[in-house]
Amino acid sequence: MTTLTLGKALNAGMRRALAADEKVVLMGEDIGTLGGVFRVTDGLKAEFGAHRVVDTPLSEAGIVGTAVGLAYKGFRPLVEIQFDGFVYPAFDQLVTQVAKLHYRSRGTVRMPLTIRVPFGGGIGAAEHHSESPEAYFAHTAGLRVVACSNPADAYVMIQQAIASDDPVLFLEPKRRYHVKGEVDETASLADAKPMGVASVVASGTDVTLVTYGALVQTAHDAAIAASEDGVSIEVIDLRSLAPVDYATVEASVRRTGRLVITHEAGQQGGVGAELAASVTERCFEFLEAAPVRVTGHDIPYPPAKLERHHLPDLDRILDGVDRVLGRPNSLSGVEA
Amino acid sequence: MTPSDRDATGLLTRPDHFVQLVSPAGERRADAEFDPWVADVDAAALGRLYRDMAIVRRLDAEATALQRQGELGLWPPLAGQEAAQIGSARALRDDDFVFTSYREHAVAWCRGVGPAELLTVWRGSAASGWDPFERGIAVPQIIIGAQALHATGYAMGLTWEGSDAATIAYFGDGATSEGDVNEALVFAASFDAPVVFFCQNNQWAISEPVGLQSKQPLARRADGFGMPGIRVDGNDVLAVLAATRIALDRARRGEGPTFIEAVTYRLGPHTTADDPKRYRTDDELAEWQARDPLTRVLTLLATTGIDADALEREVAEEANRAAAELRAAVTTIPDPEPMSVFDHVYAEPNSHLARQRDHYARYLAMFDDADAAASGAEGGAR
Repeated sequence: MTTLTLGKALNAGMRRALAADEKVVLMGEDIGTLGGVFRVTDGLKAEFGAHRVVDTPLSEAGIVGTAVGLAYKGFRPLVEIQFDGFVYPAFDQLVTQVAKLHYRSRGTVRMPLTIRVPFGGGIGAAEHHSESPEAYFAHTAGLRVVACSNPADAYVMIQQAIASDDPVLFLEPKRRYHVKGEVDETASLADAKPMGVASVVASGTDVTLVTYGALVQTAHDAAIAASEDGVSIEVIDLRSLAPVDYATVEASVRRTGRLVITHEAGQQGGVGAELAASVTERCFEFLEAAPVRVTGHDIPYPPAKLERHHLPDLDRILDGVDRVLGRPNSLSGVEA
Repeated sequence: MTPSDRDATGLLTRPDHFVQLVSPAGERRADAEFDPWVADVDAAALGRLYRDMAIVRRLDAEATALQRQGELGLWPPLAGQEAAQIGSARALRDDDFVFTSYREHAVAWCRGVGPAELLTVWRGSAASGWDPFERGIAVPQIIIGAQALHATGYAMGLTWEGSDAATIAYFGDGATSEGDVNEALVFAASFDAPVVFFCQNNQWAISEPVGLQSKQPLARRADGFGMPGIRVDGNDVLAVLAATRIALDRARRGEGPTFIEAVTYRLGPHTTADDPKRYRTDDELAEWQARDPLTRVLTLLATTGIDADALEREVAEEANRAAAELRAAVTTIPDPEPMSVFDHVYAEPNSHLARQRDHYARYLAMFDDADAAASGAEGGAR
């Protein structure tokens, strides 16, 4: 075991993938000489060369579009989008090409791209640097969407995403890049938990609390706080947002009868909406209460000094837990 | 490549230089720069280029007829652009890779795409008709200009692999306004990618004239991106062949991309769903019909001692046979199985889609049961 930050764990995972397969190429803005604005690709250009770790012109559509061509040629491109809010210029290539080419070509053209996107807020950044665009991509057939939350998962999941023959939008919780954890760099990828499988990060019996990315730690903290109040919360790190591991979520909800979903993204049409609907369809008879969503507001991401009024935090999550338990809460007495 | 090197290639963008080796009247025009690139094209070879163009024109007309008769859902005719497509495609090697838009039926035909493969997608029977790796040509692209980036990425991969193969990206005048095309030009120039940007300026993007896309000849844009631009008569198969050969040669020698503007005309509608009479005049059409890409080759061939009338008749018969094959092929395209709607969304198993697929299979099975019950009742088995 090695102690690594989440950012260094990603770096180690990419290094291993670059070493294992010469068709893996990294592309992005400032990823080479600088090592990325978050230093996640630090040292990789020096180690593998400018043809494996490619500093590109400033064009997200260009990066993803040329990566499509490289995939046609048999490469396995790993693309970095510098910030979540910069993914939109590449949206067309992602949705009309990356997601659909395998289908369009009747399975003859594979698109084993991984698109790394640092996502989410909490770092006091300028506009367009704190977004949570996952629902757009989870809605897009042909893409897989995953989010890591800790160094150990980051190390394994980035390699699994690169190895996947399907395109993977890989979300990295940027405010947790510097959080440290134990990483087993010797473990075999074959034995690792598939990235499509969710993790139960805390066991509990009263409420199932589902989240992903940076909020996994917050949810975990909320569970500890709630336990002091006699409420037992099971925390699930979804890891894969498309497809969702409903087996794990369902098994938990069948025991707890109560579901709270929390994410930084807005509520309207979000991952939580889909999760609430699907869990309700699949295990309605086990539910003791309607699922509750604790999300960012349906607003443009606010200025830094307001972001704490936007992002779900421990107290807002616990308020949601109170709602699903029918305990006094912020909406007590308010008509639904 | 430095500007002085580019001077040496003689290929600096010269919008006033319009490369034409065969005039609309069928006269051979000498061009010291371009002639050497087609020195091997004797009368027989020119006859073969004529044959290619005549066959694809006939196939195109047949496909339009098939659409009118309800056999195809849609067809985007290539009529008028035969020289641009044949001249460029015949410059390619088998190991080059082609990325097209949706109108390059002649290019696909040159790559060995068969009749049923060509029509499948337009019949609506499948998302695509051929295996790109078998034919060396990607499946057609509907999103305007998106394929320019794919061609560039593929070309970057070629250089990283040490190959001397190249790619060619076909797009139209309208696509030059798209970000993807401009970004492709940036990437290709920056990485010296061995890609030929082949712009068929057919004057119209559905109803919008090229003047709405650009205030100057499109080939002029190349210079701003740091690559040579060639403006060629797109209705002159010999000039197109020469220009594409030059561009491919540059690509193979590691000199990077070239932009070719092939000035041509779409004689027909944008697609069979379009009515060009709403936006352009009969006079304009007549003007371009006078610059027909096929007629001028026949006229030129006649001056070389070839019996052009005989060639025309012979090729027409061959084209008719090809058209009959195309018509026969359309009925051989199988209707897709209902459950194939779920096929190939992902390369790997996907739990979400597997469940949706299962549910739809159960839904469809209800009708099987109902049919079985109904036929049982008819037979008196109940």
